[in-house]
Amino acid sequence: MYRYILKRLLMLIPVLLGVAFLIFAIMDVAAGDPVYSVAGADATPEQIEALREKMGLNGSLIERYIRYIGNLLKGDLGTSYISKLDVMKVYLQRLPNTLKLATLTMIVAVGMAIPLGITAAVHQNSIRDTTSMVLALIGLSMPNFWLGLLLILFFSLKLGWFPTGGSEGFRSIVLPAITVGTSLAALLTRTTRSSMLDVLRQDYLRTARAKGVSERNVIQKHALRNALIPIITIFGVQFSNVLGGSVLAETVFAWPGVGRLVVDAIDQRDIPTVTGALVMTTMLVTIVNLLVDLVYAFVDPRIKAQYTK
Amino acid sequence: MTNQEANDLILDIKNLKVRYETQDGIVRAVNGIDLTLRKKRTLGLVGETGAGKTTTALAIMRLVPDPPGIVECDKLEISGQDILSLPENKLEHVRGNDISMIFQDPMTALNPVFTVGDQIAESLEIHEHLSSKDAKERAGDMLELVGIPRERANEYPHQFSGGMKQRVVIAIALACNPQLLLADEPTTALDVTIQAQVLELMNELKEKYDTSMIMITHDLGCVAEVCDEVAVMYAGRIVEEGTLEDVFNRTLHPYTEGLFNSLPNIKDRKAKLKPIKGLMPDPTNLPVGCSFAPRCNYVSDACLKAQPQLRSISQTHRVACTAYDNPEFHIERRIL
Repeated sequence: MYRYILKRLLMLIPVLLGVAFLIFAIMDVAAGDPVYSVAGADATPEQIEALREKMGLNGSLIERYIRYIGNLLKGDLGTSYISKLDVMKVYLQRLPNTLKLATLTMIVAVGMAIPLGITAAVHQNSIRDTTSMVLALIGLSMPNFWLGLLLILFFSLKLGWFPTGGSEGFRSIVLPAITVGTSLAALLTRTTRSSMLDVLRQDYLRTARAKGVSERNVIQKHALRNALIPIITIFGVQFSNVLGGSVLAETVFAWPGVGRLVVDAIDQRDIPTVTGALVMTTMLVTIVNLLVDLVYAFVDPRIKAQYTK
Repeated sequence: MTNQEANDLILDIKNLKVRYETQDGIVRAVNGIDLTLRKKRTLGLVGETGAGKTTTALAIMRLVPDPPGIVECDKLEISGQDILSLPENKLEHVRGNDISMIFQDPMTALNPVFTVGDQIAESLEIHEHLSSKDAKERAGDMLELVGIPRERANEYPHQFSGGMKQRVVIAIALACNPQLLLADEPTTALDVTIQAQVLELMNELKEKYDTSMIMITHDLGCVAEVCDEVAVMYAGRIVEEGTLEDVFNRTLHPYTEGLFNSLPNIKDRKAKLKPIKGLMPDPTNLPVGCSFAPRCNYVSDACLKAQPQLRSISQTHRVACTAYDNPEFHIERRIL
C-alpha cells in the first residue's frame, strides 16, 4: 500500500511538468507578447529589449520553461504584470476561500444527493423516485448564476438571513455553497440511484436480510458501501472542478476565490498569475485524484488487493 | 397426530401459495403446498429448476421480494410461532436466529466489502447482543467448526475459494444455532470432492446442534446422504412425499420415477439414459389438469381434467396421481 502511494506520488512529477508545459505554451501562443503592452507604445527597441530581459522573457520557449520550473521548485511563481505582487502570495491568499467554498459545496451536494439517490433507488418507479429524479433534473438544468440570484433575492434581500456577497465569516459562504452544491448534487443523485439499483439486486443483501439485519442496515451498511465506488468517482471529479474555482458563483456572490483570480488575470493578460494559478490548481487536482484512489482501497478490499500487488 | 408429535413440530405450513405478478403475466411459483417437519428431522425438497423449491424456502423466511411476489398461506408456523402475521421488526428477530438459510451460490451470497469474520459476527451481535469483540471470537469458533482456520476471519470473500465460501455461508447460517435450517442447493456450485465434504459437515453440525433442516436440491444422491423425509415438487406442487425409503424404494409418482431414470447407472454403462421428455409447463400458464400430464408416460384422459390431490398410500407415504384411482396401477420402476 505504501509503495503504491509512493509510486503515485512520483507519478505526479511528470504529470505536473507536462501540464505546466502545456499551460506555458498555450499562454505563449495565445496571449501575445506582453513586453509591448507593458512597455507602452513609444518605447524604443532598446528599452523593449531591456524590459524583456528584466521580465525574464528572453530566450526560447524551452529556455523560459526550464527557468520557470526552476523557480517553481523554489516556490516562486513570478510577479504579476499588473499588480506587481508575488503570484504565489496572491494565490495562497485566495486559496483558503476556495477551499472553504469547495468543502461546504461538496458537503451540500453529498448531503442532498446520497439520501435522495438512495430513496429513489429503494422505491424505484414510485412517486418518491420520480420526485427525486425531477428534482435532480431541475438542479442539473438550472443555470448557476440564476439560482444564485434567486437565493440572494429570497434569503438575503427578503429574509435578510445571509449577506448578498463578500467574504465575512461563515454566513457569507452558505448561499454560494448551496448554489454550486445544488447543481453538483443533481449528477451525484443520479449516480447514487443507478449504483444503488445495481447493488440492490445482489444476492448478498438477501443473505444479510436472512441473518436478521434490519432493512435500514441492509441499505445503509450492506448496500451503500458497495454502491460507493461510482459515487466517489463523480465526487472526486466534482471536487476537483470546484477546487479550480466556481467562477459564476464567485462572481455573483463577490466571493474572492481562485476562479475569479484566474478569470480577472486572463482579462488583463496577466500571464504569470494565470500560469501560476493553473499550475497550483493542477497540483491540487492530482492530489485529490490520488486521495480518491486511496479512498477506493479503503471502501473496497478488492481494489486494495490490486494496489498491494 | 399425538400431543408429543405436535410439540415436536418445528415447521407447519398449510396451503402455501406464491405468485409473482410481473408485466408478462402472473408467474405461479408455488401452488398450495403443505409441509410439516419435526425436530431433528431433515426433509429433502426435490425437483427440477423452476419447481418452486427456492421460492418455498424464501416464503418460509418471509423473504419473497414484494413486489412482485405475493405470498398467501393458511398457516405458517415455526415452533408454534405464527410467522405470517409477524411485523417486519419482529421478523428480524426470527431470521438468522430461529430460521436460517444457506444460499445456493456462495460466489454471490457474501458481501464483498466486509471480512468473513464480520459477516459471521453480525448475526451474533444482532441476536445474542454480543459485544463486537465477543462476536468476533465466536465467529472464529464458527470458522473452525466449518474447517477454516480462525486466523482467516480477517480476510475478505475474494480471498476464498468457492468451497471455502460455501463453508463461510454455512457458518453464517449456523452462528445462532437456528432450530430450522433451510439449505438451498448448498452443494450445487461445488466440485464433487468438496460436495462430499460439505454434506458430511452439514450432517455433523445437524447432529451436534439438533437442528431440523430442509435440504433443497435436485441431486438425489445428496438427498440419500442426508435426508429422513423427501418431498418431490413439480410446478409448484408436491407430487409425492414420504420417508426416504418410501420415495426411493417404493416410488409411486411417474415424475419421481422419471427423476430416477435420469440418473446415469454406473453398473450398466451400456444402458441409455432415459431423461424425462419435454419441459416443465410455463408457470404463467399452468394446465387445468395434472401439470406433469404432458410429459407423463402413463397419461390418461382423467389426468387432463382435474388437478390430482395428494392421497395417502401408507401412514407416511403420499402421492398426487390420478392413475392410482385404479388399484391395479403401478409404475415400471424396478426397485434395486
